[in-house]
Amino acid sequence: MDNGQDMGVRVVRAGFIPLVDASVLIAAAEFGFAAREGIQLELVKDVSWANIRDRLAFRQFDAAHMLAPMPVASALGLGSNPSAVITPFTLGRGGNAITLSVKLYRRMQALTGLAGNEDALANAEALKRVIDDMKERGEPLPVLGTTYPFSSHNYELRYWLAAGGIHPDRDVKLVVVPPPMTSDALSAGAIDGFCVGAPWNMVAVAREVGRIVAVKEDIWPSSPEKVIGVRPEWADANPETLARLIVALDRAAAWCDVPDNRRVLAEILAEPRYIDAPVDILHRVLMGRFTTDPDGHERTVSDYFTFHRDGANFPWVSQAQWIFSQMVRWGQVDHSPDKQARVATAFRPDLYRHALGPRAGIPVADVRVEGGQRQDGFIDGAVFDPQDIPAYVKGFDVHNLENPAATRDEA
Amino acid sequence: MSAALTIMVFDENRIRASIIEEGLREAGHDRVVVLHDIVGLARQIERIAPDVIVIDIETPNRDMLEHLFQLSRSVRKPIAMFVDSSDTASIEAAVDAGVSAYVVDGLKKERVKPILDMAVSRFKAFSRLQQELAEAKSALEERKVVERAKGILMKSRTISEDEAYALLRQAAMNEKKKLADIAQSVVMAAAMLGS
Repeated sequence: MDNGQDMGVRVVRAGFIPLVDASVLIAAAEFGFAAREGIQLELVKDVSWANIRDRLAFRQFDAAHMLAPMPVASALGLGSNPSAVITPFTLGRGGNAITLSVKLYRRMQALTGLAGNEDALANAEALKRVIDDMKERGEPLPVLGTTYPFSSHNYELRYWLAAGGIHPDRDVKLVVVPPPMTSDALSAGAIDGFCVGAPWNMVAVAREVGRIVAVKEDIWPSSPEKVIGVRPEWADANPETLARLIVALDRAAAWCDVPDNRRVLAEILAEPRYIDAPVDILHRVLMGRFTTDPDGHERTVSDYFTFHRDGANFPWVSQAQWIFSQMVRWGQVDHSPDKQARVATAFRPDLYRHALGPRAGIPVADVRVEGGQRQDGFIDGAVFDPQDIPAYVKGFDVHNLENPAATRDEA
Repeated sequence: MSAALTIMVFDENRIRASIIEEGLREAGHDRVVVLHDIVGLARQIERIAPDVIVIDIETPNRDMLEHLFQLSRSVRKPIAMFVDSSDTASIEAAVDAGVSAYVVDGLKKERVKPILDMAVSRFKAFSRLQQELAEAKSALEERKVVERAKGILMKSRTISEDEAYALLRQAAMNEKKKLADIAQSVVMAAAMLGS
């Protein structure tokens, strides 16, 4: 029980999925940041986002490593267990990439003359030409894997495809593949590409079955990736524990951001109880040093993982609303002012400020125009103003507004 | 008045799936469908339209099911649960046993609870069986190694079987080790000495 007097150790049980973007949570438990705040952080590894959601909802976990769209989906009553979840802390930016099979990429090269160092938009446009060619020949359309219906991967892959003129619900087939199985699925020909988190893109390249064609930074650098999710009633009943947890995560995130710490971090992440992947791949991923294809093309993305800098942990309400805009764009839900208001309650910058402020660098606003600055621009140059989501969504050439599948289910 | 429920058991472990199926049939459920393979699962769910889906909690394929429920217009909206979601003890029992489930929205709790309780107890029975099997296997291995050690001692020291056994037991007691471990050392030493 949380009362202000009790200075003893508080146990916080947190679920996580073995991915590099769980680093801040793992570092908080492993390198003393939680202990310093009087928190005994017990981490429980899980296998699916559905389990994470349900075990948090059914009080098996106090907190959980979650996809940023999961609290938004909960606020909208989407999914098969939409229990209330809020996030007071974003675990950072970056980490995702889109990988296509070497075979599909070779075909893009043959048709459009790609040399191998083109940008993400050029790659999407080349894929569009291959898909047009496939349609003319009556071939089956490419099958692309993501991780979960309410995932950053789903919306990023759709955003990238659409920027290249490809309709994600008509021109390709989207399926869900558990990230650790993506390389096998690619080499078996069960899928032709995927968008998942680290380290699985680089693992596919290392196994010479995949070709990275875009990273998250190419699509929208400010895009939030994973968050810490908690039940609102747990947050209300344990304000002191939550504040300490946020402080511990903040310190751990700052530590993870230091390049010199990433070797030690990679060694911990490599252990079987965490990610269970080769330490050198994890270290290269953390440093953003990519081999993009089996031909040995190299690319360094200096901000592939931003754990702390530039307000990376601040839960912008406008980012929750951007996620909502993409759910509307793709027909998962229809827009209404009431729904937009509910979405705004899923991200809780007030809790972040309460635990860490006052401090320089913490934004005073909860909402901002996203993508307006050059350094956080969207791949297609669009600018997101949460004031008018319906107009923003209608501004896209490719969308699913005329065919809202989910709204019908809701009725 | 209420029609029989259609129950789908999705489990890549065939033996466990059949143990659950048997339990459900014994409890009077005759509309039970067992699936082992994720391939074609979407089509099967649309065709069978199960009221209850029992699924192994350790499979990452739960996320694929979430995608399917989100996309499909013909599948009735299911609710994810761990047995009785209002009861902490039974949730823990379900998670420990490794069972999760999807239940069609609106189905009465008292109709679903016995099905899920059954799944939990059968999952538990299965892990007990597995553990017993593992124990039996290692007991068999231990007996084999003791037999071999006895044989080595009988030959090298020309003693009887009883004397060889007594020797092993004495050594185990002196060394405070398990009989099987001493026997293993004897076998290994003999192999290294080429006898």
